[in-house]
Formats: sequence, C-alpha cells, structure tokens
Amino acid sequence: MEILLIVVSAVFVNNVVFARFLGICPYIGVSKKLDTAIGMGFAVTFVMTLGSAIAYLLYKGILVPYKIEFMQTVMFILVIASLVQVVEIVLKKVSKVLYASLGIFLPLITTNCAILGVAILANQGDYNFFESVLFSFFSAMGFILAIVLFAGIREKLETADVPTPFKNVPISFVVAAILSMAFMGFSGLVK
Amino acid sequence: MKDALQVFTRGFVSENPVLKMLLGLCPVLAVTTTAENGLGMGLATTFVLLGSNTVISASAKLLPKTVRIPAYIVVIATFVTIVDLLIKAFSPELNQSLGLFIPLIVVNCMILGRAEAYASKNGIGYSIIDAFGMGFGFTFALLLLSAMREVLGAGTIFNIPLVGEDPKTILVMALPPGAFAGLGFIIAGLNALEKKQKSNA
Repeated sequence: MEILLIVVSAVFVNNVVFARFLGICPYIGVSKKLDTAIGMGFAVTFVMTLGSAIAYLLYKGILVPYKIEFMQTVMFILVIASLVQVVEIVLKKVSKVLYASLGIFLPLITTNCAILGVAILANQGDYNFFESVLFSFFSAMGFILAIVLFAGIREKLETADVPTPFKNVPISFVVAAILSMAFMGFSGLVK
Repeated sequence: MKDALQVFTRGFVSENPVLKMLLGLCPVLAVTTTAENGLGMGLATTFVLLGSNTVISASAKLLPKTVRIPAYIVVIATFVTIVDLLIKAFSPELNQSLGLFIPLIVVNCMILGRAEAYASKNGIGYSIIDAFGMGFGFTFALLLLSAMREVLGAGTIFNIPLVGEDPKTILVMALPPGAFAGLGFIIAGLNALEKKQKSNA
C-alpha cells in the first residue's frame, strides 16, 4: 500500500514538471519532436534512478556520520556530473545503438534540475533506500509522461494557426498551463 | 565606458536570460507565487552569479580545458552553499518558501551559461558587470511574473492588499497553471511589442 502511494504520488499528484516545476528547460527545449522527447525521457530515467541511489548511499554513509550535511549540494552535483560522464563512456563502449539515441542528451542532463531536485527530495523524505529508489524511478516516469504528452501536442501545434506573437514558445507555455491544470485534478488523491 | 554600459543593459531586454534565452526557467515558474519570493530568489541568484563570474573569470587561464565544466560546477555549488546557509540564518521564512529551489540554483542553466559563454573569456571587471546585468535581468523577469501572479491570484502586492476586504481573485494564477500561462503571456506581449517597434522603425 505504501509503495502504491509513492508511485501514484510521484507520477501523477506531485508530477515533477507540473506540480514541482523541475526539469522545465529540457521540457520546453527538447519537446518539439516526439522521438527526441522519448529519448530525453529515457536518459533522464536512467541517470535519475542511478544518481538518487548513489547520492542516498553517500549521504547516509558519509555526510551524516561526519555531520557535514551542508555539503549536500556540492556532493550531489558532483555525483550527478561524474555519473553522467561515466554513463556516457560506458554507453559508448557497450551499446552503439543506445549511445546513438541517448548520447546527445547526456551532457544536457547535468544541468537538468529535475535530477538534482529529485535526489534531494528522495533524501529529505523519510524514505528507506528501496523507497527512495522507487520514488526516483517513478518521478522519472512522471517526467516521461509529461514530456511525451507535451511533444505530441506540440507536433500538432506546428500546423495550427497561432496568433503571431504567440508562435513557438509562448503557445507552448499556454499548452503547458492547460496540461498542468489537468494534472491538478489528481491533487487530493494522495495527501 | 559605452561598452560597459552595453554589457550591463543587454541583460535586461535584448538578452534577458528568462524572457529571451529561456534559461533558468524552473525557479522562475516555481517560486513566483508572491512578489517577495520572486525578489528573494532573484537576488539570491544574482549573488551566486556574481561570485561565480568573478572567480571563474579570475581563474579561467589556470583551468585545463577538459575539466573546466566540473570546475565551474564546484565553484557555483560553493557559492550556492554560502547563500543557502545565509538565508537559513537570516531569513527562515524565505528559506521556508523557497525551499528546494535554493540548492537548485546550482543547476540554474543561466549561471553555468554565463560562466562558459562570458566569464571564461573576459576580464574580471566586465564579468562582474555582466553578472549584475544578467542577474538584474533575471530578477526583473521574476519580479514581473511574480507581481502579476500575486496581484491576480491574491489581490496583494508585497503582502499589501490592493483592493478591499475579501477580494475576488483568480486563484488559478497562484497555482502551477498560472505560472505557465503567465510566462507565456509575458513573452507573447514582449514579442508583440518588438514587432510593433520594428514596423515603426
């Protein structure tokens, strides 16, 4: 039951994009086409889950025993930045196909605030290791859901007759507003 | 002199980090529920930008090219930690309302963007001016959006009521959809203004 709560809350109620406002830059930046949106979504899932798990272990294992929790920001961002590098190198060696599809998104991920944000959130909550990994993974699923929905709509918008000042970015924000309104319907489902 | 002025002012309109370059959008949307929060976030970010631009432009020649990005991130993260601790000590209320978004200044792409695109290639003096220009431009955008949301969503500005008791407000402006829609309309308005200027010229 507890697990179900975490899943529903991470994907729908506290959706990273619509409720928490994390990862807006890639959300607006790479959502012009459906397939790049999906690629970005998977790259985020990969790094977010792994990053949160490592950050959790280091936080509980090093920062807490030595009472230097204020180093959290510095340490987490270093974990994420180096993880992105490692993932890039490993992918290049192991799977050319995967590298070709995710490769270009990886450098962008270091400054994706959703990754750092979720890592911090997963540590702030009273989650145990398993729950925090679960939380990170399903937060990433929420991100995929949001960006894929949005990319689908933006592809249609290309052919729509939009007033000139609203062309491109502004209309995307208005669409995001409507989507986020729809997602507000989930609030109250989980506290 | 003219040069310095130009470096300073372009952060406001022609290269405004938020309204033109669409950088650092997460805090822009998340913390702009009230004008006070918007201003606080803007100034905190300006401080970090100032610190990182200064240090990075001073040390640019010492850093090997290959590790420059991680080095920038460490510099930025250090200043963010300073701001975080300062806000926690002096304004617990602001800390409460900005919450997660203070540590997230680290990944504000505007700051890393300025480090890479400007501070690493220019002298300390110009980098400081650039930091002020961009930082104030960022603060200006935050203030614009947050004032608009606070007035429409709560009927107040900086917690001062504008209309009488129990105003009829548009609550949705204070909620997440209001942030997206508000920013969309501001950018659209700017586009329309620019087009008008161009057709006049």
